[in-house]
Amino acid sequence: MSFISYLINGLSLGSVYAIIALGYTMVYGIAKMLNFAHGDVIMIGAYTALIAMTQAGMPPIIGVLIAVCVCTLLGIVIERIAYKPLRNASSSLAVLITAIGVSYLLQNIALLIFGANAQTFQSVIKWKGISLAGGKLNISGETIVTIVVCLIIMAALITFVQKTKPGQAMRAVSEDKGAAQLMGINVNGTIALTFAIGSALAAIAGVLLCSAYPSLTPYTGAMPGIKAFVAAVFGGIGSIPGAFIGGLLLGVIEIFGKAYISSQMADAIVFAVLIIVLLVKPTGLLGKKIQEKV
Amino acid sequence: MLKKMTKNTKSNLITYGIVIVAFVVMQTLISAGSISSLLEGLMVPICIYVILAVSLNLVVGILGELSLGHAGFMCVGAFSSAFFSKCMRDVITVDIVRFLLALLIGIVTAAVFGILIGIPVLRLKGDYLAIVTLAFGEIIKNLVNVLYIGKDANGFHFSTKDVMALNMEADGTVIVNGPQGITGTPKDATFLIGFILILITLFIVLNLINSRDGRAIMSIRDNRIAAESVGINVTKYKLMAFTISAALAGAAGVLYAHNLSTLTANTNNFGYNQSIMILVFVVLGGIGNIRGSIIAAVVLTLLPELLRGLDDYRMLIYAIVLIVMMLFNWAPKVIEWRERHLRFGRRKKEAVE
Amino acid sequence: MALLDVKNLGISFGGLRAVNAFDISIEKEELYGLIGPNGAGKTTVFNLLTGVYKADSGKVLLDGQDITGKKTIDISKAGIARTFQNIRLFKKLSVLDNVKVGLHNKHHYSTLEGILRLPGYRKVEKEMDEKAMELLKVFNLEHAANTDAANLPYGQQRRLEIARALATEPKLLLLDEPAAGMNPNETGELMEMIQFVRENFHMTILLIEHDMKLVSGICEKLTVLNFGEVLAQGKTADVLNDPQVITAYLGE
Repeated sequence: MSFISYLINGLSLGSVYAIIALGYTMVYGIAKMLNFAHGDVIMIGAYTALIAMTQAGMPPIIGVLIAVCVCTLLGIVIERIAYKPLRNASSSLAVLITAIGVSYLLQNIALLIFGANAQTFQSVIKWKGISLAGGKLNISGETIVTIVVCLIIMAALITFVQKTKPGQAMRAVSEDKGAAQLMGINVNGTIALTFAIGSALAAIAGVLLCSAYPSLTPYTGAMPGIKAFVAAVFGGIGSIPGAFIGGLLLGVIEIFGKAYISSQMADAIVFAVLIIVLLVKPTGLLGKKIQEKV
Repeated sequence: MLKKMTKNTKSNLITYGIVIVAFVVMQTLISAGSISSLLEGLMVPICIYVILAVSLNLVVGILGELSLGHAGFMCVGAFSSAFFSKCMRDVITVDIVRFLLALLIGIVTAAVFGILIGIPVLRLKGDYLAIVTLAFGEIIKNLVNVLYIGKDANGFHFSTKDVMALNMEADGTVIVNGPQGITGTPKDATFLIGFILILITLFIVLNLINSRDGRAIMSIRDNRIAAESVGINVTKYKLMAFTISAALAGAAGVLYAHNLSTLTANTNNFGYNQSIMILVFVVLGGIGNIRGSIIAAVVLTLLPELLRGLDDYRMLIYAIVLIVMMLFNWAPKVIEWRERHLRFGRRKKEAVE
Repeated sequence: MALLDVKNLGISFGGLRAVNAFDISIEKEELYGLIGPNGAGKTTVFNLLTGVYKADSGKVLLDGQDITGKKTIDISKAGIARTFQNIRLFKKLSVLDNVKVGLHNKHHYSTLEGILRLPGYRKVEKEMDEKAMELLKVFNLEHAANTDAANLPYGQQRRLEIARALATEPKLLLLDEPAAGMNPNETGELMEMIQFVRENFHMTILLIEHDMKLVSGICEKLTVLNFGEVLAQGKTADVLNDPQVITAYLGE
């Protein structure tokens, strides 16, 4: 029974990784940059929801909405100020290092405002969950909601990218920025939209993550952010279903690693997965191969 | 041609000169007792950061790849050398001999890790390489934290569980104690040793840059495809830069381990926070600018200690510095603006007769 | 025996046959032109010859040595050097150092000699400096030896690329649109330089070019490529008068 309960916990954690990874993979696919600060947007989202709910006494659903709005705006602002000016820089290191700077900036702003002490996050989900096999297997409400939300988001994203005009513009920009521009696509707007969507997802991920693991600090987002990138690479960067599968697998691997190998080594195991994937199949499970032009 | 050679040599001599003068001034102040013990205690850490920054610049500025696992190599150097020193504390009683051997062990171990990690990692580029080096750094830190090593009459015992699992005789001593790390490392590192190590680091890095191998490394940075087309072995030279950089980080780790009585591996000393801290030095000093790395490492280590009130804002300021520096130096629009409006922003063109 | 002997070379990208059944035979010290409309596969041929792409059919012999499927650096060592259509210099290195990177495999000292500044370092560096300056003089670049390559004017960058390629002491030099973006004066100068290199270095040269004045002025033989296939091949004058070639260029 413990195996099944680990598996479900893994899927739940994996769903959070998947939601974050969806943001990563879209931004990477379209802006061709590793947005190191993505994980910290999660943290900002969680703090926003926490304040809205505890300080302002709003109902959870409003708290989540406010978090989504704040993060969306934050994502757009970060892109506009820190990343857009470097889009055509001669070195690709420039924007990566800037993203690291933004990550540190967000962490330290949060540190100044909220302090280093962990705050207890009240779960936004009031449902107790379900109990199976005569009480031997309990599945919490958070777990179920997280998995369901993740499925909904993925389905919505796939529909958006395949069926809508802005979604098609995204695919066009990710294929070839120059050609998309020539076809009259607003490249800057499309990239900004991608950051907005990714950041909105990060807010949802932040709330769900902290509902399941209720301790919130300014560093809460950093590790899940990096792990979600691992998940995105695992699934094949740029691929939406890939991010979903990669996220779930990584969550399961992490929980199993903690349970059956060593709880201290769980992070090392996740990173080992990344290294193995990149060395064996750098394009990930569902990624495409890109050839360099000479 | 002669002018060019003297120009390089002159620039290098200025770098050495700055380091030597700074050392002499500080040493004089310390002997005269006109420096607080707090500041005096910073001298070895400054040396450590300078070595780390210069060695990371070899990868970031000269090879042109971003490594976020530099602290991992420092960790390897620190633990391997501290392990040696603790075991040999009673066997080799001449401090300097024991330290030099420990230094050698730390450097070689870090270099071996550099090669082992470099071979798979250097096939990757850009973002992927950065994230994989970060992953390796974190794995090293994680592994050190579950490592238990003890020694008794029967020899060494290893475990990844706990001290009890070592199954030692009653006379056994624990040398590496998991998350508690290594305690009782002899405090052999001094400012003088740190200074000499900086000079050696500079000697290696600067001479490498101005040699056949250094040109090959920089050619890969500037244009990998062209470098291959003239027969440069890209893998070999990437690995060379990466390994030398790792070895030097290992030396910094040896200094670190022998400057503290307790050595543990945590997020702040060997985690990716530290790697990014070193990256901040490199970026602030100018990517590829060795002298800049030295100055940035010194200033950014001293400043927060001197301005204690700023401590809360230290990391915030670093973050802003990082972003602003990158935008100022790399954004095409800013470069254009600078070249139009600021004299110092213009690229120096040499007289073309 | 021909210096370069290529038989049935081909490559596909996805479903597209970018180069098909490409044959060419170039004699020692010949100046050979590869022409054709845009997208005909000329640069792809260069990339195949230098190992940037792996051919899926065919055979390449250089001076009797089979170099089919070899890696770029081994092909460079075997004796093919090239320039690029979109200039690829080592921008942050000086002009002199760009050429010295080209000399890399012909002048050796160990890493240790380099770091410790042993006599071997000084001796070989001096040789390299002299050799590189010699090459820069051929291309009228000696005055700019200490300038960063990125700061050279466009035409001089193209010449520096040729100098760097020559520094590897190749048997065969591949020039990819050496006159692109040059004004008629510069093109004229370049033609003289190419002739000079051929005569003084006894160099065999294969060049891609759109400038017909240059092609007809210096190339002895031509191969015309169209849609990845050889359309015509032979003496320059004959090829340029071939009705098929004229049609391909001018359209029907």
